[in-house]
Amino acid sequence: MLSTVQLTVNGQAHTLELDPRQSLLDVLRETLGLTGTKKGCNQGACGACTVLIDGKRMLSCLALGAMHDRASITTIEGVAQGERLHPLQAAFIEHEGFQCGYCTPGQIMSGLGCIAEGHARSPDEIRFWMSGNICRCGAYPGVVAAIADAAGRNQG
Amino acid sequence: MIPFRLQKARTESDAIAAGRTGGRYVAGGTTLVDLMREEVERPEHLIDINALPLRGIRAEGNDLVIGALARMADVAAHPETVRLQPLVAEALIEGASPQLRNMASIGGNLLQRVRCPYFRMLDAVCNKRTPGSGCSAIDGINAGHAILGTSNHCVATHPSDLAVALVALGATMRVRGPEGERGFPVEDLYRLPGDTPHIEHTLGPAELIVEVRVPAGAYARRGRYLKVRDRASYEFALVSIAVALDIDRGVIRAARLAAGGVGTRPWRMRASEDALIGKTPDRTAFQLAAEHALHGARPLSGNHYKVDLLARTMVRALEMAGDVV
Repeated sequence: MLSTVQLTVNGQAHTLELDPRQSLLDVLRETLGLTGTKKGCNQGACGACTVLIDGKRMLSCLALGAMHDRASITTIEGVAQGERLHPLQAAFIEHEGFQCGYCTPGQIMSGLGCIAEGHARSPDEIRFWMSGNICRCGAYPGVVAAIADAAGRNQG
Repeated sequence: MIPFRLQKARTESDAIAAGRTGGRYVAGGTTLVDLMREEVERPEHLIDINALPLRGIRAEGNDLVIGALARMADVAAHPETVRLQPLVAEALIEGASPQLRNMASIGGNLLQRVRCPYFRMLDAVCNKRTPGSGCSAIDGINAGHAILGTSNHCVATHPSDLAVALVALGATMRVRGPEGERGFPVEDLYRLPGDTPHIEHTLGPAELIVEVRVPAGAYARRGRYLKVRDRASYEFALVSIAVALDIDRGVIRAARLAAGGVGTRPWRMRASEDALIGKTPDRTAFQLAAEHALHGARPLSGNHYKVDLLARTMVRALEMAGDVV
């Protein structure tokens, strides 16, 4: 049985007919074609699928799309303003916060949450509050530096 | 994932009526959706309870009252939690990841399923998943399993950090179901596995957790949660200790202790608590208390290390709570 669900994704409203089994991740990637959000483990362990749901960082692989009627979702595609990168995106490039890049959309969305929550005041604090995002390339020092830099600019 | 029907409950009575027909409640979904995808859980009817007004967090006198649908992150960050029960805040933050804590509800946290790898491995036998099929962990890879409360049918630990803190603090919970409302200690939610490890808790059919109450106590201010694990964050406990101490003029007046990672349910350490009363808070007293924690421990082939680790973790946690260097 399909459910009618209204989702606002990166500011754009969608009315969708969803099978209750569809994760929000699959809705984003397959129904809406927003493939920036990545499917890593698909079991809530790696953080690659992190998006903001009503402003909070969550795992889209463990969220059922049909349970998020009227939610507002921000994905990596909604972070830049046109060609102008978000300061956190720019900081990831500047500090080499990635190698292969697969975990990066999740890292950046989680980093946005980390900064907004006020949990980016020191490298140790960033490491603890970014522990839900795994990077198999081991780009962690760059991830921490990028978030610290962007958080500092945010305050400045 | 097998097909299922998703129903949105608008009121508690809607939810409970649907629960009576066999529906499963879902809030954050962080355990259930994962297990449904693996087909370890195969519900055919889910009841989305997120619209119910059960998200409040408040102080009543000096008791902390938490709605069952409050999210882990919101409870941990709430000023009343931090003020009244720092142990609860610390145990919450030591669990899961920031993303999961934004999703997972308090009720769901208490009812989360075990992390024994064989429970999720459909080609291995597991008495929790298929009653009577056997336990793969007893003679298998069991370094992460329990040393207290085990049976010949199941040796899985309960994974919740929050539950360990709540059991230490003597928290109670209220549930509503077809027979009305009742309340009981959080400790009584959990059953020992015995020969029915598939029956994990004492809730009746369609009963819904509505609220958790953490009572005030002079010990609450000195509450700490120490979690020992294979990495520094985002990992389940090998051993954890929840502790709260009331120290007055250099003497321990009251002590609350519970352990995680070692028991088949969150494990209150009453003998250790009793051993601390009237003592000076020093290492000698803490080591004596820790010896009492080991009574009845039955290590498996791969987890003898947990016996010493439990004692040492308790001593360290007591030192943290007592400000003893």
